[in-house]
Amino acid sequence: MITLGALFNPRGGIHPAYHKDSTESLPVEAMPVPKSLYVALNQHLGAPSKPVVKKGDVVVRGQPLAEPAGYVSSWVHAPTSGVIRSVESRLTASGQLGPVVEIEADGRDEGLPCTSAPAEWRNLPARELVEMVLAGGVIGMGGAGFPTQVKLLPPQGKVIHTLIINGAECEPYLTADYRIMIEQSEKIRQGVEILHRILNATKVFIAVEDNKPAAISALEKAFRDFAGELAIVVVKTKYPQGAEKQLIYSCTRREVPSGGLPMDVGALVENVGTATAIVDAVVAHRPLVERIVTVTGDAIGQPKNVLARTGTSFRDLIAFCGGIRGNPGKVICGGPMMGVAQSSIDVGMNKTTSGLLLLSRAQIQQYSSMPCIGCGRCVQACPSGLLPCFLSENIEAENYGEAEALNVLDCIECGACAFECPAHRPLVQHMRMGKAKVLQRRRQREAKAGQKEKAS
Amino acid sequence: MELLIQTLIIGGTGLVCAAILAVAARFLSVHEDPRVEAVGNLLPGINCGTCGFAGCGEYARDIVLHGAPINLCKPGGSEIAAKIGASIGVQVPTDERQVAIVLCKGDDGAVKRGVDYNGLLDCSAAQQIGGNGKPCRYGCMGLASCARSCPVGAIEIRKGLAIVHPDLCISCAKCVSVCPRKLIRMIPESRSIHVLCSSMDRGPDVRKVCSVGCIACTLCAKAVNNQGISMKNNLAVVDYSVPLSDEGVIAKCPQHTLEKRVGGKGVCA
Repeated sequence: MITLGALFNPRGGIHPAYHKDSTESLPVEAMPVPKSLYVALNQHLGAPSKPVVKKGDVVVRGQPLAEPAGYVSSWVHAPTSGVIRSVESRLTASGQLGPVVEIEADGRDEGLPCTSAPAEWRNLPARELVEMVLAGGVIGMGGAGFPTQVKLLPPQGKVIHTLIINGAECEPYLTADYRIMIEQSEKIRQGVEILHRILNATKVFIAVEDNKPAAISALEKAFRDFAGELAIVVVKTKYPQGAEKQLIYSCTRREVPSGGLPMDVGALVENVGTATAIVDAVVAHRPLVERIVTVTGDAIGQPKNVLARTGTSFRDLIAFCGGIRGNPGKVICGGPMMGVAQSSIDVGMNKTTSGLLLLSRAQIQQYSSMPCIGCGRCVQACPSGLLPCFLSENIEAENYGEAEALNVLDCIECGACAFECPAHRPLVQHMRMGKAKVLQRRRQREAKAGQKEKAS
Repeated sequence: MELLIQTLIIGGTGLVCAAILAVAARFLSVHEDPRVEAVGNLLPGINCGTCGFAGCGEYARDIVLHGAPINLCKPGGSEIAAKIGASIGVQVPTDERQVAIVLCKGDDGAVKRGVDYNGLLDCSAAQQIGGNGKPCRYGCMGLASCARSCPVGAIEIRKGLAIVHPDLCISCAKCVSVCPRKLIRMIPESRSIHVLCSSMDRGPDVRKVCSVGCIACTLCAKAVNNQGISMKNNLAVVDYSVPLSDEGVIAKCPQHTLEKRVGGKGVCA
């Protein structure tokens, strides 16, 4: 049954220019497999995967390259068939050095031999379905890359009763999720059915922003005769509507407690891309080795929605989309608000790379920061209800204790505060550094406490 | 008359209070070991906290009352440790003074910047996004986090590279923990031959980004027969636990990564 869910408006948020028109009407184009692929082993949150291949090995598509190195970790699979050129520390899309497997494709793109017929997943127990999600290397494809199987196994005592499928896609420029919703709405439905079977959730919400009417009608059509309580929630278009905690509030009017997880309010949020990846992993036993990337911006020859293999270098992606046009000023992996500016385009894309944004030099504005004028616009914009102005001043003064007391760890780094700041203060950068420093201090404190306990 | 009464009242109150204080000072006084004050006067009094105590006074009390080691004061060094030893009659342990050194030589002349950096001027903030545009992933970013952490201003940023002045260094090692790339080491001050690079990249990759980086040619390690310099992860590493006297090895380095720098008081880098 489809009901239009109740609509609650989370606090804060901003209205940037969305710039989605250049790619939103373009169907997804599959990109040929490039010659070399650079597959990072730390694409997900948590421990980087442990490589199980070495230089010189021959692999085929879907063969594991690395195994999970802990509970919060994931499998990484070969995106195509070829030879392993190297397993070494390289620059990754996060801007950091990380373990990367370089594969030279042999051009045949052979897959693993199909061992079993497509599984009749409806008869399988939930536990086995989660195992299949883990084996498929599925991670959250909205950007954070949290291993999906961990979310699907809540610890004892936590019950997930609400499943939210995230199709908000509030980042400007990006249209990858939008195209999935239009072109693969049936697959999303299948994904929802699998998730529904695993979690036994009583209520399912599919949240889409109200500036995507075509996606809403496609989903309405696909979910017409869905058995179970389901609502397609048309949420207000604003940034960051698609952030996990904000979306939970929009759908259920429940707030995730400070420092808590969505499961603390009985909710689970999965991106639409993750839902389709789950279908591949469970029904076709096909691991996650490709995703849709929006390559866009005013410095790219031909903006496109590209279906590309993980590990495809940004250089190849740009070449496939008509090369660089004009005078590029910035290359961003992800959207303009939360994406990471790249220092090199010889970097492989990840399972979480939803977009590649090339902005011309004319679009890049470099500001120098000025003192806070106390206008409070950042406070109004903050979706987490923090006080970015005070936080930033405290972090600038290296007063991390006060920053911790002001709950800097609840910052979701959306950048709404910095977008609004008339003094052009680098608020998000301060928050990011502050969060890292506060966590570091916390670890030191715990280590010290542990030592004392041992000594006594 | 009025004036006299007021004077008497104020003066009388003062006298009574003085009497109470005099009695209290006699009966409620706390006995303080005079050595504590003596030792406290010998300490520098800048309360840097590097001895591990909450300031110089606290450290002096711990030396006298609880027998804390007398050579913990880094700014004072052996000089003050000797004085304290003499004043309270304790043998001074002889440890060489440690000084900090930044193991990178890639200043703006040696390293070409690849991209513009417009983020925070702080090393750990830049490290979060992979650096500040200097292409070497291991080298000094020159954003002066160490210099800001130094309590005595012993670190200078020269052409985008941090340099420690060993004569000013007080061995507090605060900079060591601040550097996100772990480039700073504490070494005995008499060591003078250094490999000023921390890059673990292979030679060709180093050459692409830096003209003075270690290319792992192993010439220096061979010249000293692996005694004092050894190869580790594509990098020549000096073993500072043993003195390295053969200065001929410096000339062996084709990249001029090896350098002679004399530490110690009264010597400037």
